[in-house]
Amino acid sequence: MCLAVPLKITEINGLDAVAEYSGVSRRVRLDFIKDPKVGEYVMVHAGFAIERVSEDQAFMDWEAAAELEEALESL
Amino acid sequence: MDELITLDYGSGGKKTAELIEKLIVPKMDSEALSQLGDAAVIGDLVFSTDSFVVSPRFFPGGNIGKLAVCGTVNDISVAGGRPEYLSLSYIIEEGLPVEELETITASVADTAKECGVKIVTGDTKVVERGRGDGIYINTAGIGKLVIPGLGSQRMQEGDVVIVSGSVGDHGTAVMLAREPGLLGSEIESDCAPLNGLTAALAPFGRSLRVMRDPTRGGLATTLNEFIENSEVLGIELDERSIPVRPSVQSACGILGLDPLYCACEGRLIAVVAPHIAQIVVDTLKNCGCGDAAAIGRVTSDHPGRLVIKTRLGGSRIAAKLTGAQLPRIC
Amino acid sequence: MRACKIMEVCGTHTMSIAKAGLKKLLPPEVELISGPGCPVCVTPASVIDAYLELAMRPDVIITSYGDMLKVPGSVRGDNLAARRARGADVRIVFSPMDAIDIAEAEPLKEIVFLGAGFETTAPGTAASVVAAAGRGVKNFSVLCMLRTIEPAIRALYAEPDFSIDAFLCPGHVATIIGETGFEFIPRELGLPAVISGFDGEDILISVSRILKQLEKGEAKLENEYTRAVARDGNGLAKAMIEKCLEPCGAEWRGLGTIPASGLRLREEYAAFDAEKKFGLVYNEAAGLAGCRCGDVICGRIAPRDCPLFGSVCTAEDPVGPCMVSSEGACAAEYKYGE
Repeated sequence: MCLAVPLKITEINGLDAVAEYSGVSRRVRLDFIKDPKVGEYVMVHAGFAIERVSEDQAFMDWEAAAELEEALESL
Repeated sequence: MDELITLDYGSGGKKTAELIEKLIVPKMDSEALSQLGDAAVIGDLVFSTDSFVVSPRFFPGGNIGKLAVCGTVNDISVAGGRPEYLSLSYIIEEGLPVEELETITASVADTAKECGVKIVTGDTKVVERGRGDGIYINTAGIGKLVIPGLGSQRMQEGDVVIVSGSVGDHGTAVMLAREPGLLGSEIESDCAPLNGLTAALAPFGRSLRVMRDPTRGGLATTLNEFIENSEVLGIELDERSIPVRPSVQSACGILGLDPLYCACEGRLIAVVAPHIAQIVVDTLKNCGCGDAAAIGRVTSDHPGRLVIKTRLGGSRIAAKLTGAQLPRIC
Repeated sequence: MRACKIMEVCGTHTMSIAKAGLKKLLPPEVELISGPGCPVCVTPASVIDAYLELAMRPDVIITSYGDMLKVPGSVRGDNLAARRARGADVRIVFSPMDAIDIAEAEPLKEIVFLGAGFETTAPGTAASVVAAAGRGVKNFSVLCMLRTIEPAIRALYAEPDFSIDAFLCPGHVATIIGETGFEFIPRELGLPAVISGFDGEDILISVSRILKQLEKGEAKLENEYTRAVARDGNGLAKAMIEKCLEPCGAEWRGLGTIPASGLRLREEYAAFDAEKKFGLVYNEAAGLAGCRCGDVICGRIAPRDCPLFGSVCTAEDPVGPCMVSSEGACAAEYKYGE
């Protein structure tokens, strides 16, 4: 039970916020994010942001991941 | 079958097939019906019907009226017909605002004009409040058979599977339109007529094996239908070549859906002989289908199965859905 | 490479592995096993039966994640979708906050939210109760079916036939409980553990890290998912769990009752506890005949080893939760496996 997606916060209203990615926006709760800021990315699960993530880490560029190449080779 | 009809029976997956094959078809003495196609080819006529119950009635990219025309036009087109005449039946719930009915009907008219079909007969009923969800529409259509012989029985090993554009847009747009927690999206239904595209592919003759529009159940369900009863052929897709819009990918991630199983209402799937595959993709692109792509091939490797080669080089089976796709948080 | 068994305890990992077709990419010596990581699958039939009955009350609206909709109780084919066909008001929601909105919109009804999940979902479930209290919403309650993963892992470890060599740890549970939450695996159980993200690539990297540890005879905790998992997890989330929930004994399908493995609402939130509000009684439920979900959930047998798999128990006509659940091991094998 762990499906979560990274979304960018676009509006904050107390604990309620709006976050979006690729033009899809969703209401999310920020109960578990300390000092959230508009423009930050958060992992959202079941309508709650469970952690903030940096923008470049929100979407992994797997093509560039050296460890992945290593792993594929070793297996 | 269960004792009561559940929503799964209407989802276009295995339960729908069960309902049709076990309960309906056996009672009708009809060769055409037992073909189980979306349209019936009878002599040089193509005949089809479809009912539209979509909720909400208005969604980004269209409304139930536009959908009602495209749905039947497309079923006739992919069966090799040139759609000409439609019937239009309304079942309206007491309390539907007249303004809405005006807008929907204007869409029906506009779309029919765009398709070059005429609405020639119809019917209107009104039912009591609480018995109709706003409006249900049925359309039936007749066309002239211009591409004979289409069908999955024509497919051969090595044939190429082509899709005319991104998948999952309609299903996702409608799901989003229903969700109060999802405030907005740029995702629009891909609802569109396909008769222009199918006409453009008509010259390919026998090299064009079969066409379908992947509506309920999406791309994966439709491709399964091509091969599910085959003891000889299967289909393999290359995950990386299947066009999916980033916004649809994102929305499906939020909703817990798989775009390969979300309905499209304006996309064409064509299975073609390998030597014309590139020309077909180019033809579609020339018709405005910028994302048209070859996404896989017919193979003898795993008869009866649709297999997807994953991004990482692994593979997984994409089975036909049992019932409605359920959103998940897991 | 010597043969080894790696267990994941997260339904989302089960699904990601299946979707990425990962098992095809791994050497045959490496066996990926699904453990009790699907909260839907481990919910006892007796609890499901109780909420299915509750659903039939005309004044009750059941709100649930889509995952739960087709899960049977002790009677095959009896699930929320079937009850809905018989007139129950069952609505799919994506968050417990949606259920509170429904409660406000339907003042004459009692809205019950099915609170399934592990530590990832627990903080939000708790927060929804606090929010409802704050908004003065009285017709909302949660059927708290939350579970925690550590007691289940320990219970598996204690079984005489335990033969797992390493654990793949659920990335989003770790987001909440931190690296520290999984340290007990190397420290006390002496096994390698890698916290993993959910892309096929994350899992592949995590498996290769496990294999390296096994090769060197090491047992450490590694964090492959540093982008979302901090050493001590999410303090605010942990505080919310502490504020509203307390550990309780809970029954796990296939594992029996494990002490302190569930989370229930604290006494001060009794007004939002559906179990208390409706006086729910859980009847000892006979297992579904021949169903071996319990063994599958614990990784004792693979889905294909169950005699019912694919013959009697299929995705179209499932017997037990492992086949029905969107992330059950059997569902994953049936849908994606060859």
